Amino acid sequence: MLFFKLIKKFGINYQTFFILILVIKMDKESYKQMTSKIVPQENKLKNGIIAFVVGGLVGLLGQIIVFVLENNFNVPHKDATSIMIVILIFIASLCTALGFFDNLVSKAKAGLIVPITGFAHAMTSSMIDYKKEGLVTGIGANAFKLTGSVILYGVVSAYVFGIIRYLFFGG
Amino acid sequence: MIFLYSFLFCGFVCLIGQLILDNTKLTPGHVTSIFVVTGAFLDSFGLYDKFIKWFGAGTLVPITSFGHSLIHGALDKANETGLLGLLGGMFSLTSTGIVAAIVFGFILTLIFKPKD
Repeated sequence: MLFFKLIKKFGINYQTFFILILVIKMDKESYKQMTSKIVPQENKLKNGIIAFVVGGLVGLLGQIIVFVLENNFNVPHKDATSIMIVILIFIASLCTALGFFDNLVSKAKAGLIVPITGFAHAMTSSMIDYKKEGLVTGIGANAFKLTGSVILYGVVSAYVFGIIRYLFFGG
Repeated sequence: MIFLYSFLFCGFVCLIGQLILDNTKLTPGHVTSIFVVTGAFLDSFGLYDKFIKWFGAGTLVPITSFGHSLIHGALDKANETGLLGLLGGMFSLTSTGIVAAIVFGFILTLIFKPKD
């Protein structure tokens, strides 16, 4: 009886109470079974081939830029690779700012996320998404929201591996 | 021929990334972090330098090269100035990419409006 008094006190009528019990009863397993029929199966082979071709084309574009810079503009090899990375980052940032890079990513998937274009896209999109909240609390605070993990784990792992190699293998 | 090798290498790395995305519950953020650590790990045995020789600039495009150049710059500086160089030279090679991404991203953010 105390239970029913509590229900009345909090203003929950009996219908919502039964729905609550139903929700609690529907555990994770049955939820998975229910949704597995509705969620469309993605074609993994097709996704893989698209990612391979698109990623390969980005790599090919990088090699072509380096080749053209070296042979037609007489740029040293080290500078040519830096310029190539800057060009790719600029293209990706511009496409993100113009707003059609998200569509490309949803089609090409990892083919555009794994190359350096994904890094530039993550940074520019997180800046643009929080533009409304102001220069410092919006853009400044959220600039590294997605790319922060890449930089953090890159630096930490490079430091650990670097120390191991420097101390035990002599640099 | 180096064009074909670039295509194959970069495509292969992206294929691995897509396989991880499809078959596990990891997000793109996880995948890029894993690849950066992998790149740093491969370069700690000097393996990634050989990849660059064999496959050309296609190896510098995937995010794995980010980890590679982090540890490469750190070790180069460490060989010159000792253990402190590991800290000082960490960003000496990757700063081009990071600074370019920050500056271009900021300028373009100021110019363009977010798309709803």
